[in-house]
Amino acid sequence: MSLDRSDVEKIAHLARLALDENQVEGYAAELSNILALVEQLEAADTDNIEPMAHPLHMAQRLREDQVTEPDRRNQNQAVAPLVENGLYLVPKVIE
Amino acid sequence: MHKKTIVELAAGLKAGEFSSVELTGHFLERIERLDGNINAFITTTAEQALAEAAVADEKLKAGDAGPLTGIPIVQKDIFCTQGVKTSCGSRMLDNFISPYDATVVTKLKQAGVVSLGKANMDEFAMGSSNETSFYGNVHNPWDNERVPGGSSGGSAAAVAARMAAAATGTDTGGSIRQPAALCGITGLKPTYGRISRFGMIAFASSLDQAGPMTATAEDAALMLQAMAGFDPRDSTSADHPVPDYSASLNDSLAGLKIGLPKEYFGEGLDGDVRTSIEAALAVYKGLGAEVVEISLPNSAMAVPTYYVVAPAECSSNLSRFDGARFGYRCDNPKDLEDLYKRSRGEAFGAEVKRRIMIGTYALSAGYYDAYYLKAQKTRHLISDDFKQAFEQVDVIMGPATPAPAFKLGEKTDDPVTMYLNDIYTIAANLAGLPGLSMPVQPVNGLPVGLQLIGNYFAEAKLLNVAHKFQQETGWHRLIPEGLD
Repeated sequence: MSLDRSDVEKIAHLARLALDENQVEGYAAELSNILALVEQLEAADTDNIEPMAHPLHMAQRLREDQVTEPDRRNQNQAVAPLVENGLYLVPKVIE
Repeated sequence: MHKKTIVELAAGLKAGEFSSVELTGHFLERIERLDGNINAFITTTAEQALAEAAVADEKLKAGDAGPLTGIPIVQKDIFCTQGVKTSCGSRMLDNFISPYDATVVTKLKQAGVVSLGKANMDEFAMGSSNETSFYGNVHNPWDNERVPGGSSGGSAAAVAARMAAAATGTDTGGSIRQPAALCGITGLKPTYGRISRFGMIAFASSLDQAGPMTATAEDAALMLQAMAGFDPRDSTSADHPVPDYSASLNDSLAGLKIGLPKEYFGEGLDGDVRTSIEAALAVYKGLGAEVVEISLPNSAMAVPTYYVVAPAECSSNLSRFDGARFGYRCDNPKDLEDLYKRSRGEAFGAEVKRRIMIGTYALSAGYYDAYYLKAQKTRHLISDDFKQAFEQVDVIMGPATPAPAFKLGEKTDDPVTMYLNDIYTIAANLAGLPGLSMPVQPVNGLPVGLQLIGNYFAEAKLLNVAHKFQQETGWHRLIPEGLD
């Protein structure tokens, strides 16, 4: 699968990544090379093979539905770019 | 003092030959003097280290010391350290002072170690040469023009240059074993889930595993002892008993069955590296081990499988960096989408962007079956290869890397060429198995790593097998010229 300029722009949008205009062609070539590597997988016969989601085939552990963490909002928000009254500020979403 | 192993340093501390404050000052002086040419550290925490050393000295005086009390180490900058910058090698987290400690950090603090600072690394642990770090290249202590390997390149270089007695690392596709091999130290990636991932910034969550990077296997046993164990804060932590890793170090290797995967000795392996590996195998034969050829028939699928699974998981994990809650935020965003896109676009480097985009593509509508589902199936085939191999042998051995350290800039033009450096290490991550690299006979003055792969939770066996070799040989004692 070879990716062109518009493919890369679409993927970058899905990934919410702003790319420099002059780098898009370079990414298209590099990503196409990586996909060529990945497409070697097609050679493997995987009929009747179960997908492996966890190395130890472990089931997801569940815990009791109880509060176990203390309130650390102030410490956690100390590293936020912009907060006000305990809320994270971002550009206006709803007019 | 810096030439001593952890075991020897601990003995010196207990005997009162030197204090932890003196030892810490000695390492800090080396960092100050040597790191300008190596760049292994992103952050040095001298004041804090000396305060921790003073506490350790009190414990030593009170006779309340463990085997790691007062030992100066460096943490890979992927582990969250409360009150200390935790950058993950990225501009994205250049301003991030962690509000909490990773479990690994907490456990090592409890064991009494002194933290000298945070080690350089490839950005978000994505790289095999430490050249993707926002904080610049790390230079291999054995040759300033060569890479130290990655992604735990700063950790490996710090230990190799004896700027720390030990380091922590993480390994998603070889990021402990490959730099350990290229820098001539001992690096252990335990079984998936053996060490908590809590507070370890996630790259590919089904592959990531922390581990120790040390001068010797004996030291690795002490570090692993402190780091391993079940953690309710990590949902994939293994609830499995932790043995005494030092107790079995000297077990006899008579009758040990070593499997050599023929796929790891084929085309692409440097001839001199092969000779070094064969010389190491002769040592094992002398110790009574039996060497048999085995096959891991799906080995060729490991790298392609990894470059679906790891980017897919990374694209999901790194979506948390949104410019809103922590980390880098672009100037004057015009709307929320602009905030996301420019914050991420400006703060992530090229390799991180490539992997996020490959993962996003592989998981996007219409492509999921062809890429991600297919890769999970080939991952199963790779895992089954090992399962069958371990019915015949106790441990698998082979080269850790195809060649010794390459030159800075040599592989940065083509990502795929760089990826192939991890050809022998990736499979153990996909299967979740423990692996270790340790130095064998160097080639033209450059270290070569022998890789050991063990069965699930067989870390004690790997350390035993490595330690017995280190009792017979002196390669692990070599220190780069000018740094002794």
